Amino acid sequence: MYSQGLTDAKGQQEPAELLAAFQAKIDREEKIEPRDWMPDAYRKTLIRQMSQHAHSEIVGQLPEGNWITRAPTLNRKMILLAKVQDEAGHGLYIYSATETLGVTRDQLTDELLSGKAKYSSIFNYPTPSWADMGAIGWLVDGAAIMNQVPLCRASYGPYARSMVRICKEESFHQRQGYEIMTVLARGSKAQKDMAQRALNRTWWPALMMFGPSDKDSTHSAQSMKWKIKRFSNDELRQKFIDATVPQAEHLGLTIPDPELKLNPETGHYDHGPIDWDEFIQVLKGNGPCNKERLQARIDAHDKGAWVREAANVYQQKQQKREVA
Amino acid sequence: MTGQFNNPALHSYLLRLADTSLTMGQRLAEWCGHGPYLEEDVALTNVSLDLIGHANIFYQLAAELHEHPITADDLAFLRDAHEYRNPIITELPKGDFAYTTLKQYFIDVFNVHLYQALSTSSYEPLALAAKKALMEVKYHRKRSEAWVERLSLSTEEAKTRSQKALFDLWFYTPELFETDAAMDELFVQGVIADYTEIKTIWHQQVEAHLQHCQLTLPESGWVATGGLQGEHSEHLGYMLAEMQFLQRAYPGCEW
Repeated sequence: MYSQGLTDAKGQQEPAELLAAFQAKIDREEKIEPRDWMPDAYRKTLIRQMSQHAHSEIVGQLPEGNWITRAPTLNRKMILLAKVQDEAGHGLYIYSATETLGVTRDQLTDELLSGKAKYSSIFNYPTPSWADMGAIGWLVDGAAIMNQVPLCRASYGPYARSMVRICKEESFHQRQGYEIMTVLARGSKAQKDMAQRALNRTWWPALMMFGPSDKDSTHSAQSMKWKIKRFSNDELRQKFIDATVPQAEHLGLTIPDPELKLNPETGHYDHGPIDWDEFIQVLKGNGPCNKERLQARIDAHDKGAWVREAANVYQQKQQKREVA
Repeated sequence: MTGQFNNPALHSYLLRLADTSLTMGQRLAEWCGHGPYLEEDVALTNVSLDLIGHANIFYQLAAELHEHPITADDLAFLRDAHEYRNPIITELPKGDFAYTTLKQYFIDVFNVHLYQALSTSSYEPLALAAKKALMEVKYHRKRSEAWVERLSLSTEEAKTRSQKALFDLWFYTPELFETDAAMDELFVQGVIADYTEIKTIWHQQVEAHLQHCQLTLPESGWVATGGLQGEHSEHLGYMLAEMQFLQRAYPGCEW
């Protein structure tokens, strides 16, 4: 049986009856809730995946935050500000959902800032032009939606519920990104060039967001059985490409893949090879912005330390006063 | 009151309101992604968003009074520093969290009384805009007032930083209440608020709160002035260079 061989935090075998009941519940599409029994490996997998997701939202504020003060119109400025604020809100929901698994946000933050925890590799790329705001919304949020919509049915209740609201907001984000690209693509030659360059920069890293190819994916099989994952990395990547190619054509922009073409037999677009070495390098910390993204988070945390301490001390003083 | 088409005084006053909100919102937006913790990151961004929204409305009202067709964005992105009419306090750098908080508190209390008074303006579009803004700035004030207290009555470091912020900012506040001949005329027409009254109540409330927070007012310093006449600090030029970059580099484009 697939759940056999699982061990708990102390290396002991998980009790077979509990495991069987747990898996049966998942198979019946019932949600696992925080107070329910769950195997230690399930808990650990969720903590890893959910905290990576939360960290990605938080670090993901930075590449777009880069353009808030330079957005070209008042409306664009407000939309971008609201969008980046949404990302912070998503981070908050998911950290809170992760806390139901018995970790604290402080622990998770320490893991991010110490470099121990990962976040989505896409945020380690720079956003040198305004068009990157369009490309990120369109492609990065588009890829995120492909990944996240199935998570609304994830077996862990708090995660699934947080994803429902997040997906609604991401869908707005994707549309606003595509709308930025539409205006640029129909604008002056300089604007169209700006849009094309942003597409060139973002396309391959966006494809990498779906994770390694199925044959190299280490966590997939178990996650599928636990219904934390519903589709394989390659399936989702293909779905994203099939949806995105016609959108690029509609914009009159060229996807930077000379091998990309519709396969009449499968009905899907075939694509050129993904540079997995680049992906691995970025994951290892050697992407163009890894150091500055993490440093920005470390700086915000360090500079905010006295504020957090002040808030705590004030609260304690208030409580003492109430008691007295 | 209608038929304000040829009222340069009103146009210029609307720009003062808009420029003040925009420069304040622009500075606050610099905190996005860099706040002391997530909840505050979201809160600071929210306030910034409200302020930029107010600016947008006031620019639209100003644009409607313009002789030539012009948009809110033209007014925000295509005027140089000497044409901006905000008080200098709103263009000052964001500083640390104590500095941002105290500056915000000064502006929030001012905005509450300003919009309260403007909500009875004889110029109806302004009265409506002020009513909408008032609902939001009341929340801003509640938040910044609580933070001034939280920082001042907690740790030594937070208190020291708050006291320093007060020394640095206090003499920028008189400019909030400055008026010129055009504004005095608008006041007589019932279009704008009585700034003397706002000043009195602002001082009563702010000084009482600062005293409650055990903060000391500075005795002397340079008293800021000039924003209303387009005389600004060195900071505004950099802010506009950043904010207006795309509109300046690619003129006449849609975005």
